[in-house]
Amino acid sequence: MSSQEIILEVNNLQTSFNTDAGEVRAVDGVSFKVPKGKTLGIVGESGSGKSITSLSILRLLAKNGSIKGGEVLYKGQDLLKLTEAQMRKLRGNEISMIFQEPMTSLNPVYTVGQQIGEALKLHQNMSKKQAHDRSVELLKLVGIPSPEKRVKNFPFELSGGMRQRVMIAMSLACDPEILIADEPTTALDVTIQAQILELIKELQDRLGMSVVFITHDLGVVAETCDYVAVMYAGQVVEYADIRSLFHEPKLPYTIGLLNSLPRHDIDQEKLEPIEGNVPSPYNIPTGCRFAPRCPAATDLCRAKMPALEPDEKGNQVRCWIYSEEWDGEAEVEIYGETRIAKGRGSKTVLSD
Amino acid sequence: MTKYIIRRLLQTIPVLIGVTILVFSLMHLVPGDPAQIVAGEGASEQTVENIRERLGLNEPIPVQYGTFLLNAVQGDLGASVRSGRPVMDEIGSRFWVTVELAVYATIVAVIFGLIAGIIAAVRHSTFADSGIMVVALFGLSMPNFWFGLLLIQWFAIGNWMPESLEFLKMRPSGWGDSWRQIILPVLTLGTGGAAIIARMTRSAMLEVIDQDYIRTARAKGVSEQVVTYRHALKNALIPVVTVVGLEFGGFLGGAVLTETIFAINGMGRLTIDAIRTRDFPVVQGTVLVISVIFVLVNLLVDISYRFLNKRIDLN
Amino acid sequence: MSEETVNQPVTAKRVNPRVESYKQFWRRLRKNKGAVIGGILILFFIVLAFVGPWIVTSFTDLRPNATDLTNKLAGPSAAHWLGTDGFGRDIFTRLIFGTKLTLYVGFFSVLLGGVIGVIFGIVAGYYGGRVDTIIMRLMDVLLAFPGILLALAIVAVLGGSLTNVIIAVGIFSVPAFARIVRGSTLSVRKLEYIDAVRALGASDFRIIFKHILPNILSPIIVQASLRVATAILTGAGLSFLGLGAQPPAPEWGAMLNEGRQYMYEAGHVALFPGIAIVIVVLAFNIFGDGVRDALDPKMKK
Repeated sequence: MSSQEIILEVNNLQTSFNTDAGEVRAVDGVSFKVPKGKTLGIVGESGSGKSITSLSILRLLAKNGSIKGGEVLYKGQDLLKLTEAQMRKLRGNEISMIFQEPMTSLNPVYTVGQQIGEALKLHQNMSKKQAHDRSVELLKLVGIPSPEKRVKNFPFELSGGMRQRVMIAMSLACDPEILIADEPTTALDVTIQAQILELIKELQDRLGMSVVFITHDLGVVAETCDYVAVMYAGQVVEYADIRSLFHEPKLPYTIGLLNSLPRHDIDQEKLEPIEGNVPSPYNIPTGCRFAPRCPAATDLCRAKMPALEPDEKGNQVRCWIYSEEWDGEAEVEIYGETRIAKGRGSKTVLSD
Repeated sequence: MTKYIIRRLLQTIPVLIGVTILVFSLMHLVPGDPAQIVAGEGASEQTVENIRERLGLNEPIPVQYGTFLLNAVQGDLGASVRSGRPVMDEIGSRFWVTVELAVYATIVAVIFGLIAGIIAAVRHSTFADSGIMVVALFGLSMPNFWFGLLLIQWFAIGNWMPESLEFLKMRPSGWGDSWRQIILPVLTLGTGGAAIIARMTRSAMLEVIDQDYIRTARAKGVSEQVVTYRHALKNALIPVVTVVGLEFGGFLGGAVLTETIFAINGMGRLTIDAIRTRDFPVVQGTVLVISVIFVLVNLLVDISYRFLNKRIDLN
Repeated sequence: MSEETVNQPVTAKRVNPRVESYKQFWRRLRKNKGAVIGGILILFFIVLAFVGPWIVTSFTDLRPNATDLTNKLAGPSAAHWLGTDGFGRDIFTRLIFGTKLTLYVGFFSVLLGGVIGVIFGIVAGYYGGRVDTIIMRLMDVLLAFPGILLALAIVAVLGGSLTNVIIAVGIFSVPAFARIVRGSTLSVRKLEYIDAVRALGASDFRIIFKHILPNILSPIIVQASLRVATAILTGAGLSFLGLGAQPPAPEWGAMLNEGRQYMYEAGHVALFPGIAIVIVVLAFNIFGDGVRDALDPKMKK
């Protein structure tokens, strides 16, 4: 991995929202790397901060949100330090984004062609005619039948799947280096989902762009991603290549997540859900944020937050089990699987 | 779309019939004998009887209504009691005075209302926003006839005016081609509507700004100005259109007060004078004309709204 | 576990959810500046309307209709805080005595229009079909008379008096209530629990009063507050035209009408009644806006 060129690197990103109930830290310690031409999946339950992370990268947060710290390095340049005007030159041009809700993400009063053409006219100085022709091409590229006709349609004349294809066409208009896809298939029917995923993958291969794929669906991750960042309560808690993550997840939370997933390759007695709930952003635990739900949690876990530490393969995990300070058993049993702890504390305190 | 227009047209017919029934009933709901009212108080019994005969007041009520409707459709609204002239002639040129006044007031209300509403929305939660909203709230809470009186005091009587500002002096009454006569009545009539449109535009803009497609536009890299004026405003204007139609109608009705204050010889003042002198055929005539115009304007607005809105309707 | 520990939490938790939701509404209302200021102002005017005249007559020699032709059109002074009118009457005293008339027009016309409108709206929304069509067409007919015109036509028929103004403005308010209530009724009627209650054999009357009305109370309250503001303006307009309260009643609109004659020599006569109207109407408008914001969960971020 170290040999690859890193196109996007996020370091310790922190994003807050001002609400009636005070400041809420929705993203608090997100770090990951996206190698050029590869796909990074960001997985997490709803409310884990994955959408906020994606909006923070493009600095498209709602008015009451603000980025409090960290870096977003695109080709080595910190996006958080750019002016708004410089940022606008990147948006939709070098980094583009598609959203979860195709039904509401297109402007109802403009035609499909006008909306695709807008970015072309803006970033590539195309004439109206050129933009129109390119829009037709793009619609063809994303597999919309009779694009010459569709280009003149208003969004209300298209189905949800069609609209998401239009969104994709729009985001690809200027040949971006990075495409951020925020749950692009969640609002769609299952059959359409598969088509859209296939389309994104195929276009990535053809155009050689990097993709940041945000989803809550581990199945989608397995099919589309090269690397995965698992998020929990506003933090990246495990970052690994796809193989390591699915075959040898390290973090108790990730193990729990995979355990709760139906699998075809092994016999499962029953699916095991993770006990408890995601902590409310108003009431974040002091130590490890997963500690209250973790079957292996010790006093250390409950008292101190672990850092995101790399291992020998370059994967990262935020867990005390793999640190020198670990104060639990040397062999830790988590959801029926065993992990070898790195350090051996002087005490062997057994926790529940 | 055509189906909608036809359905909407058909819906208008019962409303128009209802309006004519109500206006027709005015005369019969007035305590006392309609013939006596038309004849005037001092009239002899013979005169009253003649009038009764001539107006067909001996006929059964439904027949009377039928005659009234038939005549009205042909532009015959009866004759004024006071002048004896046909009501249509009494209305005559006064009609255009009132329509002109209402049109100007609508233009003022739309321009001021839209600009204020957009500024308030764009500068949401700032001093400009609160300032505009406070002014709009006052505009909404102010009796426009009182505002008219103040305007006359300030700009037509204008005792405070230094000589250098005398050129601004307006005329306190009448209606004509001179801006000195037009500005004050139009402001009087239009201010309340401007306040309503400003509030409406602001809330529509704020609602639109939160929509997903605005975020999409930002993600494309377009500037905030383009986001506001190309992407948000066009959507926000759609609900505002309906209010404009209602406001125009409200101005036709509100012209009664404005015309009274500024002694403008329009339909509103004609109505008031007719009510005071119990000249009921004239009252019927003006009320009918204003309502019918109002209904037709709303019909147009509804259809155009539907036309604009068809893109928004998801299904 | 003892019996006590089983029972106690259960009884403690037995709060009526409706009472709970009213409490929550009350809490949010108190946090809304507009609603609080508007509410206090409204209360102030109500108290003023009833206590004000008594205070004035008990502690001063001022009377609303006491004329003093030697001291007419006098500007504000220590003796006459807001000056005197064309008959030398004290404007301040007249305004205080007129408060009651203004509130009467506002409250009673909205009460009249509200009751009729709510009944129409519920019946139309609940029964639907032909009843709905007839009622709503009737409302369309009433709405076809723009602005003050409907009230004007009614007063023209009934004759000018404060009672007739209340009736006219009341009828003028009916369609607004009917439309809003019909819409709310339709959305409540669609809820499954209404079907459930009906399946249990509840009568229409019972369903309407026990289950629908309490659920559509909030839009009615908002509408009522905003409507009082409109009603006061309309009523004042009719009196201003000489079709409402008759002289020498100290109705504010009528006072404006009288003040109109003296615009050239004594502007204050037409100034103060207008300010009084603005403040009262403003109070009802900001109260209504505040209640709407407090009731609308969308407004909460």
